[in-house]
Amino acid sequence: MLLDALLLQIGYNATLVTLGSAALGLAAGATGTFLFLRKRSLVADAVSHATLPGLALAFMLMVALGGDGRNLAGLMAGSALSAWIGLLSVSWLTRRTRLAEDAAIGAVLSVFFGFGIVLLTVVQTLSAGRQAGLESFLLGSTAGMLFSDAILIAAGGLLVLASALALRRPLLMVAFDPGFAETQGIDIHRMDLAIMTLVMAITVVGLKVVGLILIVALLIIPAATARFWSNRADRVVLLAGLFGGLSGYIGAAISATAPGLPTGPIIVLTGFAVFTASLLLAPGRGVLSAALRHRSHQRQVHLRQGLLALAQDQPVYEALTRRLLRRNGLQRADGVPTSEGHSRAAAALRDETRWQALRSSAHLSELSARDDGLTLILDVLTPDQIAELDRRIATAPGTA
Amino acid sequence: MTLALPRTAPDQSPLAIRGLTVSYGEQPVVFSIDMTVQDGAMTAIIGPNGAGKSTLLKAALNIVKPLSGRITVYGQPLAQQAHRIAYVPQRASVDWDFPTEVLDVVLMGLYRDLGLLGRVRAHHIRQARDCLARVGMEDFADRQIGQLSGGQQQRVFLARALAQKADLYLLDEPFAGVDAATESAIIDVLKSLRAEGKTVVAVHHDLSTVRAYFDNVFLINRRKMGEGPIAAAFTPETVQATYGGRLADGQISQLTMGA
Repeated sequence: MLLDALLLQIGYNATLVTLGSAALGLAAGATGTFLFLRKRSLVADAVSHATLPGLALAFMLMVALGGDGRNLAGLMAGSALSAWIGLLSVSWLTRRTRLAEDAAIGAVLSVFFGFGIVLLTVVQTLSAGRQAGLESFLLGSTAGMLFSDAILIAAGGLLVLASALALRRPLLMVAFDPGFAETQGIDIHRMDLAIMTLVMAITVVGLKVVGLILIVALLIIPAATARFWSNRADRVVLLAGLFGGLSGYIGAAISATAPGLPTGPIIVLTGFAVFTASLLLAPGRGVLSAALRHRSHQRQVHLRQGLLALAQDQPVYEALTRRLLRRNGLQRADGVPTSEGHSRAAAALRDETRWQALRSSAHLSELSARDDGLTLILDVLTPDQIAELDRRIATAPGTA
Repeated sequence: MTLALPRTAPDQSPLAIRGLTVSYGEQPVVFSIDMTVQDGAMTAIIGPNGAGKSTLLKAALNIVKPLSGRITVYGQPLAQQAHRIAYVPQRASVDWDFPTEVLDVVLMGLYRDLGLLGRVRAHHIRQARDCLARVGMEDFADRQIGQLSGGQQQRVFLARALAQKADLYLLDEPFAGVDAATESAIIDVLKSLRAEGKTVVAVHHDLSTVRAYFDNVFLINRRKMGEGPIAAAFTPETVQATYGGRLADGQISQLTMGA
């Protein structure tokens, strides 16, 4: 059943929802990365909650004008307008008052959402509103998604994605070093508004699928996931798009396999599963890799200590150390070092002396954290820095 | 030593500031500052902590918006000449866990060439690597920036500024918390820039090296406390006036006398 869903074999509506969700996830993941790297993830929460009053007002207006209140494009326009007002409020409060951004976000988010809920209650008392199901926009509802809706979502998502990618260079510069970006002629305030506008557009586009409460997860979780896998911002953006798109596709497919499985929350949970897998398995920043590194680190430390003991003609007490020395062909069974053992021991002692000198140096000592028994000092310092260290060693024989 | 003659009228100075006041909230941090940077020389901005040294630099770059004042760069408004200025911010001002590598940071210095969508081409990479080589970091191009020492981070920032091929270099505490090798590598680069006729202005905190490194000083403690060639402006009296009781008398005369 799940395989059928993943291969888009279980019906027209499910196929529309799955493809629409994948497009939304892709766009949200990549766009959200810029926000994540700018360390302003929470603003997205304020923006998304601020869509609600506009949504309800747009519905009322369309009904009052005698149209169909559920027209998705109309609802999107209303949401965008009120999200924009919410965004400007946060921006204004942060810039013009002494309020910190977190307080401004909290205030705007709750006030707009509260007002939106009031309007929603009013809508439900209207005769036309009872069947409107506007509350489905809180958590998303994909039942009865129209072809035009899916096209709107996919096209909107891809348009946002294209805009974010076009602006990637200034956005990343502002995220890394705003002061420098300003000297390059980049208007920081305008870039922040641009990324927020794109986030707002994603929120509006995603209303139908994941709803306004959970959209922030689709913006942030893929970026946090991707950060485990790469140390380069451009790859983090691409990976976040990939993870977001996969979460959207798989989550929507899963929710299509059984009636009553809500699409939006399942997509978010799928994204979370990818996040958890990355947290555990990613090389470098992952938990498992950290544990393996610890083990290998322990062995390297033992080997290193053994070599230093050999270099200084001291006995090796620990069994693990002796075993490692023997297995690496550095020491014979009777405890006598091999010729390779001698030369490796001398090299280790030289490296150790330099690390010791580095520890006592006024400005390089912060690098001593990188002395893990694995790293050679040659990999950490520039040649002139090493020459400077060697000069210090030569003038202060006591440091060895 | 270089030219002691002040050959810089405000309309040709690389950086001329008139009546600059910057205030955070209602607290003026620098008040009514006039400054005329001499072309082709190295100028140190010195003063005690909280005297507004960094703020002066940031206001000169329009990163901080001043309350009042006029800034001209090579005789023209800043906006038209901004491309001729390279800025080296304080190292501590950015998050070094940001996912980027050394070469990518240096490439940021080429933003004015690359623009929004321009492709990074082989000659851009070459240019960035040359700048890294100039600060002794050519082997570190592919490192994650979080793995660098403070001095290496500072060198990367300097390389990024070099990539801009600017005429005026503004540096904010380039020697703060760096190792001795980095300090001499940086000063070598700055002196080579001066030899090419470029102008260097650095916020500097170490009074003992002012005389060895710089041609001119600008003393500031919220207000301008002195300006000019080292011999004339970096005297026990001016330093005492700028730092007040923060330095002992013997210390001051020792620092300011010729070595």
